[in-house]
Amino acid sequence: MAFEPYVRTQMLDPKPAPVTSVGPAGWLKRNLFDGPGNSVLTLVTMVAIFLLLAHLLPWMFLSVWNADSLAECRQIIDETYGLDHSGACWAVIHDRFFQLVYGFYPSELYWRPNLTFVLMLVALAPVLFTHLPRKMMIFSALFPFIGAWLLWGGSIWTPLAALAGFALGGAAYRYGSAVNGILAIAAAVLVPVIWWIFLMGPIARGLHAVIPLGIEVVESNQFGGFMVSIVIGITAITLSLPLGIMLALGRQTNLFIVRAFSVGFIEFIRGVPLITLLFVASTLLNYFMPPGTNFDLVVRVIIMATLFSSAYIAEVIRGGLAALPKGQYEAADSLGLDYWQAQRLIIMPQALKIAIPGIVSTFIGLFKDTTLVSIIGILDPIGLSNAIRADNAWNGIYWELFVFIGFVFFIFCFSMSRYSMYLERKLNTGHR
Amino acid sequence: MTKKVFWGALAVAGVAAGFASADTLDDVKARGELICGTSTGLAGFSAPDANGRYEGFDVAYCRALAAAIFGDPDAVEFKPLTTTNRFSALSAGEIDILSRNTTWTLTRDVDLKTTFVGVNYYDGQGFMVPKELGVSSARELDGATVCIQKGTTTELNLSDFFRKNNISYEPVPIETNAEAQQQYLAGACDVYTTDASGLAATRASFENPGDHIILPEIVSKEPLGPLVRHGDDHWADIARWTLNALITAEELGVTSANIEELSASTENPEIARLLGTEGNLGEMLGLSADWAKNAIMAEGNYGEIFEKNIGESTPIGLARGLNAQWTEGGLMYSPPFR
Repeated sequence: MAFEPYVRTQMLDPKPAPVTSVGPAGWLKRNLFDGPGNSVLTLVTMVAIFLLLAHLLPWMFLSVWNADSLAECRQIIDETYGLDHSGACWAVIHDRFFQLVYGFYPSELYWRPNLTFVLMLVALAPVLFTHLPRKMMIFSALFPFIGAWLLWGGSIWTPLAALAGFALGGAAYRYGSAVNGILAIAAAVLVPVIWWIFLMGPIARGLHAVIPLGIEVVESNQFGGFMVSIVIGITAITLSLPLGIMLALGRQTNLFIVRAFSVGFIEFIRGVPLITLLFVASTLLNYFMPPGTNFDLVVRVIIMATLFSSAYIAEVIRGGLAALPKGQYEAADSLGLDYWQAQRLIIMPQALKIAIPGIVSTFIGLFKDTTLVSIIGILDPIGLSNAIRADNAWNGIYWELFVFIGFVFFIFCFSMSRYSMYLERKLNTGHR
Repeated sequence: MTKKVFWGALAVAGVAAGFASADTLDDVKARGELICGTSTGLAGFSAPDANGRYEGFDVAYCRALAAAIFGDPDAVEFKPLTTTNRFSALSAGEIDILSRNTTWTLTRDVDLKTTFVGVNYYDGQGFMVPKELGVSSARELDGATVCIQKGTTTELNLSDFFRKNNISYEPVPIETNAEAQQQYLAGACDVYTTDASGLAATRASFENPGDHIILPEIVSKEPLGPLVRHGDDHWADIARWTLNALITAEELGVTSANIEELSASTENPEIARLLGTEGNLGEMLGLSADWAKNAIMAEGNYGEIFEKNIGESTPIGLARGLNAQWTEGGLMYSPPFR
């Protein structure tokens, strides 16, 4: 009998995996109880988490939302949950919610910051999401003027006059370029600056005297709470990106003066703490200006925060530029693109993409740094928490305010972080 | 026509921009309101309420000053200032007067070029300890850990006091009063020291105030008062005599309740001079004749302001002590209105 080798002619059905490696049990074993060492760590961690939550959750949820003072809160807690229980007194958030959000903004005018916030989202949308119609960018460009006018109020001629400065600059460039290129650029810079500094104020006032159109003025010392954080944060973020790009390019250019200025600026700003700059804004600037000048403190802070973050952005973008292979620059040159075309079409899109995580980190850092303004007496949420505590009714309250402020900041910062991840995923598709 | 208005408005705007006066009273009157620098929040002394209206002992003085100038206690804008930027805001002209529980010291008066217009609260540094520690005097605090705010005069006073009494202590430096409360309650330190008024306010906010006692020793002098810039004596006079008017009113028994009646029919010549029904004291100050009356009506006389904001009926519950009238054994003593 010839030897017949055993050859299987049909596939066996796969056996189900052992119970210990599939399903919840398998997941637990793989992730939590993988060997004695890890099992012990898991148990210890679980006990720690349990203890934490056992203290935290009753404090957070067996709490009081309606009371007029801390004493009343404590009384209600004692009556409802027994004498041993210590619960949070969220009533302070309930009582001071609008103050924490709007500061001392007149309550009948809350619609103005609300509207500004909604318009801001509309203006940001086309910048953040590229599939939206590009024409929305026109609104985004106009928004800074609309937003500032809505928040600060006053004559409508002021934002229009400020806007006219850009139109004048454009016109100057157009007429100047017929004569000479350099003259055109000089005129495009000088004409608007002269307009803003010397002519805009009187002309806007004159126009207002003739045709008074405006809304009630709200001075920035009435700004406060999250509104002031958002105003400072968002303005500084949007202004610092273009400024940062300019500084990063300036640092790499061959033009000596531009390069020296950029390097000097970046290194100076990065070498100085933000608090120092804020103190300069709040105290030192007053000595340089003629007495009686009332240069809006919030605007001063916005300028300082913008300068501060633009220096950091410049360095982050320089990192992106450095990561680009030299071939990209040469390819752009070989296509016959001039400097600005090469930057716009080839270099920047790639450099910015590389730099996204760093840029967003800087922005998140800047947004959180806005709480430093409480040190110079602007009543942002942290500053207000101090002011609220000074009220006899709420003196002694501590964690509730910080938990709430931290929660709101978390929402903002986490959204920024998620957006940056979305953007990275979207832009990376070509490379996978 | 419209063109004329336009250029006219332009010219006026230009002139207004170039015009700046050296006289603070004129500036304030032209502006239509007083700008008063105050604390970003100190229990009983200045704090915004839920509607954003500032209330408190230091705030009440500014309202009285605004009433003395304009007859309207609300013609005042409050600018919250921190300990670091309060003096620069004053010297740079951002505020007209600083009423922010500021201790009157020689350095501040002379070197920082300010003028203190008087004392509205005599404070001093005290100690608070838990009752269970069983301590009844600050001299028994040998070896104690002490919570103390960094970079304040209290820190220096503390080391002086312990050195003088030849006992040792261990400082626990902290940043703010709120943090101090938490640290003290958590047992990070045995003793909390700051101004006695602050201690009382802090103790009042505890869940069980009775478990803590404030020791009898007061180890420093902290005369708190409003101040103005050097160099405008007229303005300093107005500020000083407004404070004096509030103090004198209490001494003479003039309150916000009986002031109308008294100003109509008083026999006392000093009250008549104070309320402007006799003499021309207001005119000398460059104010209206009833300036002091308006100031007193704003928030009441000194005693009323004290009782309403920090007195024994409030949670802070401070006794008058040194801040009683001189006739009652305190230090509040106003020069005569004559």
